[in-house]
Amino acid sequence: MSAVGRRIGRLEDRRLLRGLGHFVDDVNLAGQLWMRVLRAPLAHARIEGIDAEAALAFPGVEAVLTGEDLEGIPPIPVRTASEHRLDEFLQPVLASERVRYVGEPVAVVVADDPYLAEDAAELIEVSYEALPVALDAREAVEADAPQLRDEAGNEAATLSMGYGDVEEAFRRAARVVEAEVKIGRHSGVPLETRGLVAEYDGGSDHLTIWGSTKVPHFNRRVLSRLMEMPLSRISMKKSDAGGGFGVRGEFYPEDFLVPYLARETGRPVKWIEDRQENLVATNHSREQTHRLQAAFDEENRLLGLRDEVWHDNGAYIRTHGVIVADLTLAMLPGPYRVPAYEGTAHVALTNKTPCGTFRGPGRYESTFAREHLLDVAAAQLGVSRLELRRINLLDASEIPHARGLSTLSTDVILDAGDYGGLLEKALLQSGFEDWEREVRELREEGRLLGTGVGYFLEKSGLGPYEEAAVEVDPTGSVRVLTGGASLGQGIETVLAQIAAEELEVPPEEIEVVHTDTDLLPDGVGSWASRSTVVGGSAVMLAAKATAEKALRVAAELLEASVDDLRLGESRVEVAGSPDRHLSLGEIAAACDPQSSAAMGEEPGLGARRTFSVEHMTYPYGVHLAQVEVDPETGGVKIRRYFVAYEVGRAVNPTLVEGQLIGGAAQGIGGALLEEFRYDASGQPLASTFIDYLEPTAAEVPRVGTLICEDAPSPDNPLGVKGAGEGGVVGCGAAIASAVEDALGVPGEISSLPITPDRVRTLARRKSEAGE
Amino acid sequence: MKDVHPARLTVNGRVHEVEVESRRTLADVLRHDLGYTGTHLGCEHGICGACTVLLDGLPVRACLVFGVQADGCEVETVEGLESEGKLNALQEAFSAHHGLQCGFCTPGFLMLATAFLRENADPTEEEVREAMSSNLCRCTGYQGIIEAVQAAAGNRAEAAVEEEVATEASEDRRVEGVSPLRDAGDHEQ
Repeated sequence: MSAVGRRIGRLEDRRLLRGLGHFVDDVNLAGQLWMRVLRAPLAHARIEGIDAEAALAFPGVEAVLTGEDLEGIPPIPVRTASEHRLDEFLQPVLASERVRYVGEPVAVVVADDPYLAEDAAELIEVSYEALPVALDAREAVEADAPQLRDEAGNEAATLSMGYGDVEEAFRRAARVVEAEVKIGRHSGVPLETRGLVAEYDGGSDHLTIWGSTKVPHFNRRVLSRLMEMPLSRISMKKSDAGGGFGVRGEFYPEDFLVPYLARETGRPVKWIEDRQENLVATNHSREQTHRLQAAFDEENRLLGLRDEVWHDNGAYIRTHGVIVADLTLAMLPGPYRVPAYEGTAHVALTNKTPCGTFRGPGRYESTFAREHLLDVAAAQLGVSRLELRRINLLDASEIPHARGLSTLSTDVILDAGDYGGLLEKALLQSGFEDWEREVRELREEGRLLGTGVGYFLEKSGLGPYEEAAVEVDPTGSVRVLTGGASLGQGIETVLAQIAAEELEVPPEEIEVVHTDTDLLPDGVGSWASRSTVVGGSAVMLAAKATAEKALRVAAELLEASVDDLRLGESRVEVAGSPDRHLSLGEIAAACDPQSSAAMGEEPGLGARRTFSVEHMTYPYGVHLAQVEVDPETGGVKIRRYFVAYEVGRAVNPTLVEGQLIGGAAQGIGGALLEEFRYDASGQPLASTFIDYLEPTAAEVPRVGTLICEDAPSPDNPLGVKGAGEGGVVGCGAAIASAVEDALGVPGEISSLPITPDRVRTLARRKSEAGE
Repeated sequence: MKDVHPARLTVNGRVHEVEVESRRTLADVLRHDLGYTGTHLGCEHGICGACTVLLDGLPVRACLVFGVQADGCEVETVEGLESEGKLNALQEAFSAHHGLQCGFCTPGFLMLATAFLRENADPTEEEVREAMSSNLCRCTGYQGIIEAVQAAAGNRAEAAVEEEVATEASEDRRVEGVSPLRDAGDHEQ
């Protein structure tokens, strides 16, 4: 029975349901110290002096570090290649002369227990001279704004991309439509905060680290450089991770401080971020303002698009460089036929927490911006929202479609798709006509209901490569090693299914090992919806090679021709003579080094393979929403929600649905609830879960899903497209569209999150206009 | 000097005697002193509910209870749900309905649902949503969790009916010594 495509239960579940997962805070080592970070209380200030005497004298305190102690340690480098010069904007491990956001690490204490470490950190006295703050991206890049740095300005980079003759498109236009949109600052905020445990073995000069995830191999290389240690003397060990969403696993200051202090003190060091730290220290995301223009001809066809973006990146450039702004511009044209396009993005630095990627980076933002513009256009051109999309979606016959621009160092080539076809399927499957009928009926009763649509283009499967190995031991146990990481997405199950398909072994019997740099020294990691696409393809190749070797070796042992052998049910048998067979374990036992050499084979039953890919693969989909607005409270209730998604091929449809539904919950949070606000002095106003509102079961509706497998990717042997981010990408667009429709105010919901205040104002205006 | 007190806790039926600093939370006592690391800390300020355990049968945030407050109490944690290596119906339902992804919030939801189902054996979807909205999950969008709790309730209801028919007993099936939710005044957080 085929393993790929089946809704098998997750292999991760048994341990997690029994409380037997191994999260980083579950790692406790004898004699370990606990680290506490002292963070800046001001958004922008000069450090005048630090007095750590009292903290050092505190019983149980082992060491205190300040910026002065780390002179010569370079700042944290950017992970992704960039043509922009960003060196001046990178974050130091500890601030030395200046702090630039509330939450910036200023000093660290290690002590015998976490309570003591926290007490001692409070005894460190830092004197600050407050400086004026820059908090708005658009103002920050003006010449008279307060400057975050003496030498460099506040605009870290200016990106531009495009193609076609935009001037000409706008000159020829029958109608030009404009819009300005704003996306609020929110982020992944996983339920498990960050953490790290490091143990240094002075006898063998070896570091072992638990808690690194997402990109363990990259982080190991950074650490090797910053600590001047050989790669082979640093081991990253796997742990479970309580959600990633883009923010967890990047190299942050603490990723240096914990191992560094372990080496300095000779004792294991543990750090577990608390939630208040997490909300000011871990990457924020999303905050952008867009000014858009679209040119249409007489038939409502797009001739050209322009977008100018102000991207608020917070105080520093972190490991993501400027890729969020880059993706925003590259994905803005989305699934539409756009003959000419010009996008510019100002990456502005402000006195707020630095930003990085959060699930659907650049797509949540640009999808909302573009779809909002199309809704405004539909109203102005006098055409329905759906009709305008039908007119402008790229036709199946136009795909593959080269966009004429590149992002993440790869050309954007839309690989396979039928965008219009998916829209019609989604409308049918969701019963969208019934949703609209229901809206009309309930409006008769004076209620405020509306529907919304958000069409999106996704990208996934970023290269350049991924590593995988398959090993069968003499007991017949199968182990898959991957360069990916487990963040809760179900990678163990999916990779086991892919290996099972090739090896004819039950997936439940396969162990998947991730994040172990000793067992698999190279890998690219789990991000950019790449694990199933690139990592899965590598596993497929390794498993296929293992199966082929099993047949070759069995042919020797059974004295049969490979062509007469059949692999199935964890064994190889001779076709037509089922009594002549060998189990995979028996074949593995026969692959000892000596026998292997005699057979002209490498030792062991298994294979290591790399899958490389040049271009990304582009999934797509549509979000549909039906909402009701309460004009008194300004509350928005999502009554119905539906996500349709083209995934190429679903290795495990249940897990794909889970990604879509869970993603939608996060997107709904960003559309209605979640925002990192700041006061005028740059103090964060959302540093607890009382103020940062993650949606609960009361706010998230039942989400209907449709998974399509109509356009398999031609760029990988599985035909898969990534599934991790499509659930979140269309939410802002669909919900804003629905709220506008409910209030009958096209173009007025141009800012996310949609606040009760805004909704009440518009509802009042509508009711006054009606009277 | 640390302000330390002796405390005697029964966790999943096993008695532990510990010396605890007065400010040490029950969550830290369970996790770091006694090794019940299935209980997770997500916010340490009583919002997310990842650390939910049952204290004398009632769901509490273990981050908002001091270890010494649990002196003399019965504590139930996720580690106590399975029996003889077999997952219970609620745990099985979470897996069957894809009610977990990263699994970090899961122990809290399992304990919350355990207490909820003892109180309300046959809840409506609305009631399940209402009860489950006291904890946060960042991965699943809650759909699988809601379905799992409903499915477990269905199983329990069916099992209860069968039991009733078989034994003609109509006794409350709750564990002895566990008080119902509505009498929970003393332990509400």
